[in-house]
Amino acid sequence: MPDFEPKIVAFVCNWCTYAGADLTGTSRMKYSPQVAIIRFPCTGRIDFMLLLKAFASGADGIIVSGCHPNDCHYSSGNFHARRRWIVFRGLLDFLGIDVRRVQFSWVSAAEGAKWAQLVNETAEHIRGLGPFTGYQRLRGLGVE
Amino acid sequence: MKTGFYPGCSMKGSAREYSESLLALAREIGRELPEVPDWNCCGATAAHNLDRDLALALPARILAAAEKAGMDEVLVPCAACYSRLKVTRHELLADDSLRQRISGLVEADYRGSAGVLNIIEWLGRVPDLEKLVKKPFQRKVACYYGCLLVRPAGVVKFDRPEDPQSMDLLMKKIGADPIDWAFKTECCGAGFSVSRTDLVARLSGQILDDAVSRGAEAVVVACPMCHLNLDLRRPNIEKRAGKKFHLPVIYITQAVGMALGLKPKQLGLQRHKVSPSALLAPASAKPPAGSKSASGDSPASAPLSGSSAGAPASTASKVN
Amino acid sequence: MARIGVFICHCGENISATVDVMKVAAEAAKIPGVAHSVEYKYMCSDPGQQLVKNAIREKGLTGVVVAACSPRMHEPTFRRACAEAGLNPFLCEMANIREHCSWVHEKGDATTDKAIDIVRTLVAKVKKNKALQPIKVPVTKVAMVIGGGIAGIQASLDIANAGHQVILVEKEPSIGGHMSQLSETFPTLDCSQCILTPRMVEVAQHLNITLFSYAELESLDGFIGNFKARIRKKARSLDEKLCTGCGLCTQKCPSRRIPSEFDAGLGLRPAIYVPFPQAVPNKPVIDREHCTYYRTGKCRLCEKVCPTQAIRFDQQDEIVEADVGAVVLATGFDIKHGDFFPEYGYGKYRDVIDGLQFERLASASGPTLGEIRRPSDGRVPETVVFVACAGSRDPAKGIEYCSKICCMYTAKHAMLYKHKVHHGKPYVFYMDIRAGGKMYEEFVRRAMEEDGVQYVRGRVSRIFERGGKLVVKGVDTLLAARPLEIEADLVVLATAGIAQPGAEELAQKLHVSYDAHKFYAEAHPKLRPVETNTAGIFLAGACQAPKDIPESVAQASGAAAKVAALFSQSELVREPLIAVVDRQAPPVYSSCVGCFLCQSACPYQAIEKEEIRGRDGQLLKTVAKVNPGLCQGCGTCVAFCRTKSIDIQGFSHEQVHAEVLALLNRGERDA
Repeated sequence: MPDFEPKIVAFVCNWCTYAGADLTGTSRMKYSPQVAIIRFPCTGRIDFMLLLKAFASGADGIIVSGCHPNDCHYSSGNFHARRRWIVFRGLLDFLGIDVRRVQFSWVSAAEGAKWAQLVNETAEHIRGLGPFTGYQRLRGLGVE
Repeated sequence: MKTGFYPGCSMKGSAREYSESLLALAREIGRELPEVPDWNCCGATAAHNLDRDLALALPARILAAAEKAGMDEVLVPCAACYSRLKVTRHELLADDSLRQRISGLVEADYRGSAGVLNIIEWLGRVPDLEKLVKKPFQRKVACYYGCLLVRPAGVVKFDRPEDPQSMDLLMKKIGADPIDWAFKTECCGAGFSVSRTDLVARLSGQILDDAVSRGAEAVVVACPMCHLNLDLRRPNIEKRAGKKFHLPVIYITQAVGMALGLKPKQLGLQRHKVSPSALLAPASAKPPAGSKSASGDSPASAPLSGSSAGAPASTASKVN
Repeated sequence: MARIGVFICHCGENISATVDVMKVAAEAAKIPGVAHSVEYKYMCSDPGQQLVKNAIREKGLTGVVVAACSPRMHEPTFRRACAEAGLNPFLCEMANIREHCSWVHEKGDATTDKAIDIVRTLVAKVKKNKALQPIKVPVTKVAMVIGGGIAGIQASLDIANAGHQVILVEKEPSIGGHMSQLSETFPTLDCSQCILTPRMVEVAQHLNITLFSYAELESLDGFIGNFKARIRKKARSLDEKLCTGCGLCTQKCPSRRIPSEFDAGLGLRPAIYVPFPQAVPNKPVIDREHCTYYRTGKCRLCEKVCPTQAIRFDQQDEIVEADVGAVVLATGFDIKHGDFFPEYGYGKYRDVIDGLQFERLASASGPTLGEIRRPSDGRVPETVVFVACAGSRDPAKGIEYCSKICCMYTAKHAMLYKHKVHHGKPYVFYMDIRAGGKMYEEFVRRAMEEDGVQYVRGRVSRIFERGGKLVVKGVDTLLAARPLEIEADLVVLATAGIAQPGAEELAQKLHVSYDAHKFYAEAHPKLRPVETNTAGIFLAGACQAPKDIPESVAQASGAAAKVAALFSQSELVREPLIAVVDRQAPPVYSSCVGCFLCQSACPYQAIEKEEIRGRDGQLLKTVAKVNPGLCQGCGTCVAFCRTKSIDIQGFSHEQVHAEVLALLNRGERDA
């Protein structure tokens, strides 16, 4: 599928990764436009069922990114996110979704270049995996 | 755990006694040390100055052979060989494409599974070495580590690079009294041992001088090159210094072997240029281990003199 | 029915150069619920804001999406504009099509399509926004300053002089910090104690300052304007009110051979002691680890000689609670000690000392009363080698940074030595001379040219003892370019400045961030140097990075100004982006089942238990309740809740759900 351009949703925290992505912009670094950001106060806020929701709605890939360990604006939200992610991987696998479609990362407010790199790598990666086709089935499973 | 043995060229030539004493010691404590099959030159020191690929390929071939022979680790008693093998393993494990390329060059799949062990690490693992000692080696010894055993620190990750202690600890275990001295890791001039013997004479001379002045009865080494310079080059050293040094230089394996009661012949002690016969005589009424060495070794925190800290508070009221 | 207005900004050409803003406006107009869609050159300009205001009034908008820059930039601007036009400000959202789109992608359809997606996402969100009222919180006009060195002293005095209450917490028995240990200060060579002790006395006497010496912060809860501090007053083993500071106990104490911390281990002190004669407060403390009575159960000599019966052997630590509105962190620095330089024999040879020890040797109040005598045998050293950058700027030692003060104090040490021992030979080994500062370079020049200090550019590889001398092996990398051996009588290492031990632990108590070396992190390296990322907590002095006295004092005054600005208002306005628990009419009351998982998730202890009772007082249900004063809006509880009974305003389930669907183009079908 040569012309496949993936749809990637990025769930990011307000304090680190959102600000980091702002810095990518102010630094005028270019990256792949296939990613759009949804802002959360903290990765700890992210209900991972939303990730399934995104897959069921046609997302091909997902980025979850927040503050580095110990840097959380709310001191521990990113640790909760990390734990949830570890548990969530098993569920993804059970549902037949390739775990590699979710990229979990830390990008700080100072890491504009890292954000660009993360997006480009994820986009490239998802292009390699091809479109996510299991979403109708997911919806049948009642993920709605 | 299968431990292989990589002798390298020195152990078969100038340092035969190192090899003899090691193998005698291994027999004594019931350890097998099979040689790495079909081993080759490690490349020290010419290869890594001339050709990086060659410098990595030679040790990689040795390590690949050890892995193929089912060895989990390789004992490398020569410090120069140890450095080459350790550096190669470090570099190839850090860069997978390099590892694949070098594997291709040596026509073997080097995976990096076999660890690289130096002589101090190997001896340090002998359980309850203290209890095996039959004749405590009650001598004041200068533990000389040389340059390659502890450096580069980030690669070998063994002991403290500036003030190593592991050989000192080992010597204490066999009843010796390691002196506190300043030349543990200073250069012996090994790189110049053929081309510039005058430099060797100067550098090695400083080492011996410091050891002697601090009362050492022997220098203990763990490297054939160090031994060669300090022992075989003794006439050059003495000529330059204008004085005689009677200080014998022995291998760490010989010191441990003597303490374990092995015969001098088994340990190859007759092969040295500077005879260690004084060490074979029963230890005289030397002060036992733990006595004060030449340098001031009391803690620096010991205070100067009477203090003003607890002085009457009246001073304070004046100032305020 | 929603009536959303979409306002697309060109941002000059910053957006319009790569995004087809006309197309975005046209596409936005087609989104269901959008009643108005326009583009404009500069939306944040006055006429741009007027466009928004007019549309709100004329079109009766129920929500606004401004597609422009990052909300971190102009969200407050447009929310204010909405409020001025009578629309609740929380019904306004920013679609970030600049930083996250026009600036980071090439011109083309894909970029324009992404901008449209972003706008659609935010329109979907804003439709679910609710009008919110800001939360007002009172400000407790009391500042807590942690650390009583020169930075903490300066910050305390400035805040107190602005008319606010200050609680100064110092962990040592006296305030004064490292500055009180110094002999003279560069570049003026004025006596450190002479300029410091008047300030210390001023702190003690200031009516607005409460000093807790020999005390440490136990915990800090709450948020800007409303912190609750718990301070542990360590037991001094005496009644401070009765003690007159006469000093009889310190003279009579039989246990006198304890290395003095103040003299950097070079002098001795008794077990009951005042760290130094000018200490504030001038009250002794019993060092229980060394006191004969605590060790053997016998002695109590201090108790017998005390004229006011002030000794209290059974005294316990005391916890004091205090409400504070702001915190200034001024915990200072330490220098590298211990077995860190085996090649230099530091800790092994008594005559290899560190910079602070040399300060005590040179100080008139020090163990030698200001004479330079070496610790081992008390002889006056004929040759002294000073080693700059001992540990600093040395990646192999794990300290990459420059400790900043060493070049200057090493020049000062060499000068002081030369002033006191005229025939002495001082050598300084250095890497570079970093003497940026008013009169600093001139000072170093003076050391070289007038006092004849020998500067050797090169590093020292090893120091060892030989025949009563310390042999310093180094290299001179300049003209001579040769290895060098100097036989010295005394070696002074300018060891690296490092964070205080316990800096990390304190940072975690306060929720402030710190760098890899445990120095506290400022909110912005250039523009917010005295603030932390935690609102209401400020930084002063060397706890943020190594710095000298003038810089520490300047930063302390900066932090004090920030505190005074905060205290100039009696109420703070906080955004109401906090968690709320579902409440409904009877008979359900709330979908919360009372599992209190949220309570375990909350980092702020903001979730309380609420009992719902019937008219007869009978307990119907116990549910969670969020304390709006404590909640910081992280939303961790929201993701924990099994029944989705807790939600966060501004990032509610409905809002983020709508965003995900809209972004993936399914909004119209499913929303």
